[in-house]
Amino acid sequence: MLETKVNSSLCTFIGSIKLERPTILASGILGISLDVFNRIYHAGAGAVVTKSLSKEPWEGYANPTIFSVKGDGWLNAVGLSNPGAPNFAKMIESNKDVPIIVSLVGSIEDDFEFMIKQFENTKVLAYELNLSCPHVAKVGLEVGDDPELVKKIVKTVKSSTDVPVIAKVGLGTTNYLDTVDAACKAGIDAITAINTLRAMAIDVETKRPILSNKIGGLSGTPIKPIAVRCVYEISSQHKIPIIGCGGISSWDDAIEFILAGASAIQIGSAVGDNWIQVFDEINKGILQYMEKNGFSKIEEMVGLAKKF
Amino acid sequence: MQRNSNHPTICKIEKVVDETPTVRTLTFSDDVLSNVLPGQFAMVWIPGVNELPMSVMVSEEKGKAAFTIRKYGEASTALYNVKVGEPIGIRGPYGNSFRIKEGKLLLVGGGTGLVPLMRLLTGIKPSDDVTLIMGAKTQSEVFFEDYANKLLDHNTHQVIVATEDGSYGQSGLVTDVMDNLCQNTKFDAVYTCGPELMMSKVVKIATLKEMFVQASLERMMKCGVGICGSCCVNDDLVCKDGTIFDGKHLLSKSEFGHTHRNKAGILEAY
Ligand SMILES: Cc1cc2nc3c(=O)[nH]c(=O)nc-3n(C[C@H](O)[C@H](O)[C@H](O)COP(=O)(O)O)c2cc1C
Ligand code: FES
Repeated sequence: MLETKVNSSLCTFIGSIKLERPTILASGILGISLDVFNRIYHAGAGAVVTKSLSKEPWEGYANPTIFSVKGDGWLNAVGLSNPGAPNFAKMIESNKDVPIIVSLVGSIEDDFEFMIKQFENTKVLAYELNLSCPHVAKVGLEVGDDPELVKKIVKTVKSSTDVPVIAKVGLGTTNYLDTVDAACKAGIDAITAINTLRAMAIDVETKRPILSNKIGGLSGTPIKPIAVRCVYEISSQHKIPIIGCGGISSWDDAIEFILAGASAIQIGSAVGDNWIQVFDEINKGILQYMEKNGFSKIEEMVGLAKKF
Repeated sequence: MQRNSNHPTICKIEKVVDETPTVRTLTFSDDVLSNVLPGQFAMVWIPGVNELPMSVMVSEEKGKAAFTIRKYGEASTALYNVKVGEPIGIRGPYGNSFRIKEGKLLLVGGGTGLVPLMRLLTGIKPSDDVTLIMGAKTQSEVFFEDYANKLLDHNTHQVIVATEDGSYGQSGLVTDVMDNLCQNTKFDAVYTCGPELMMSKVVKIATLKEMFVQASLERMMKCGVGICGSCCVNDDLVCKDGTIFDGKHLLSKSEFGHTHRNKAGILEAY
């Protein structure tokens, strides 16, 4: 058993959601199989987020869909390929142990209502509404950029389930803080910030964009300072629990997000760089930092940077 | 330009060899891929079309590597049709490699599954006694027979060809040939690559006879590095934990030999 597995100092609360450990697998990373979720949970993740699910199965874009950029970071335009909410719900029906956050993507409130119905008989820790995928038309960021639509969706979702609901926001064409504001007013339970940032890469030999979708999302260490700023801004303006996400690859990155105002953090691209032991490594590092600095609970550190 | 192994590096195809009416080998210069371990693969970008995982084939020339492709779907056909002088993008190498044992070795391959086995043949000891069983549907689809014999020139060896229609070599499936062979012979290790139903049978025969066996799996791949999850077989990620797995491990997985995931990630039966 991992040492950090039963250490109560690592326990954290995202509103009413209790996590044994603050490190969460981000959406879209290894997120399509219950067996894999089990493995990642046992490797140290406090929870896992599924791939964003749509009403129907989606095949996504042709490859190339994921590669790293020179310097650092990853570029992806997978195109939200996923088995669809009904198939996925069946697949995780047998889940007993793993805290699973189900990520959903849709265009209108009815889409989300339909999908949530599929999970009625499944153990779900929370829903995460993907309002921020930057490379698929009519969903994700295009929804997040419309605060009125966000309000409608959050209201509908909140009235169709008792399970906590998280909104995942990103940087689009409208001020993301308006989206956060709309979600908060509609009764959202927590915010995840941020998603990937619209970006592209062009191969100079062939002179063409490398992603088949041409434009995709940048993730990994290059986006971390932007994500930290967003968490800091949201937490300065709202009394809402925040999950920090974007470029976290080590314990000090995680602490930085917590000091900015996050109660938990998500890890995505670092799985590609450091593989799944990254969860345990970060948990251990957080624990050592807490011991050294005299903290006994994660919540004692949340938002400490705001007092300056 | 600095190389980043997870970012496509452009190479120009230098040589194209037809192995059969549907299989071709494309050779290019790349120091990194010329030195990969047996069984490792690269993600190969056909600009404007797609990107595919391809096992790296041996090239006789220093500093060169190759891919051997069967034209099948849109992407593999596009790669098959790349001409001399045209560019492809490569990233990698990815994946683990065969654990090469010593002594009496048995290799069982079908179609382009022979590629990693050819690379394996370049890593064996002169003292090893090697049997290679290669399968094809029909005579015109047999390839690498001469090349395998050449690579094994200094070893005690036999190369057995099996065709499903009996037009060349032994008639039947490679697994039938293997079954017969294993009635009287115990091998120190068995290595297999090819269609999964074939590999599943090879693993079962070898395990029944208590022989060490490894198989190289193939799955839909997007990232090749353990990010996207599209290549999972139960809780294993083929690109990261494999592509080569021990038979014993595979037999404990409910998906091996039974199902694979489609582009949407839905399990489909073989
Ligand atoms: C390949 C890939 C697929 C992703 N798919 C999704 C997705 O389906 N839904 C979602 O909300 N975010 C998705 N993301 C975004 C991540 O969850 C995360 O917000 C982003 O990558 C930033 O975190 P990181 O720097 O730790 O990777 C994806 C990211 C990557 C790299
Ligand atoms: S191909 Fe993406 S995880 Fe294996």
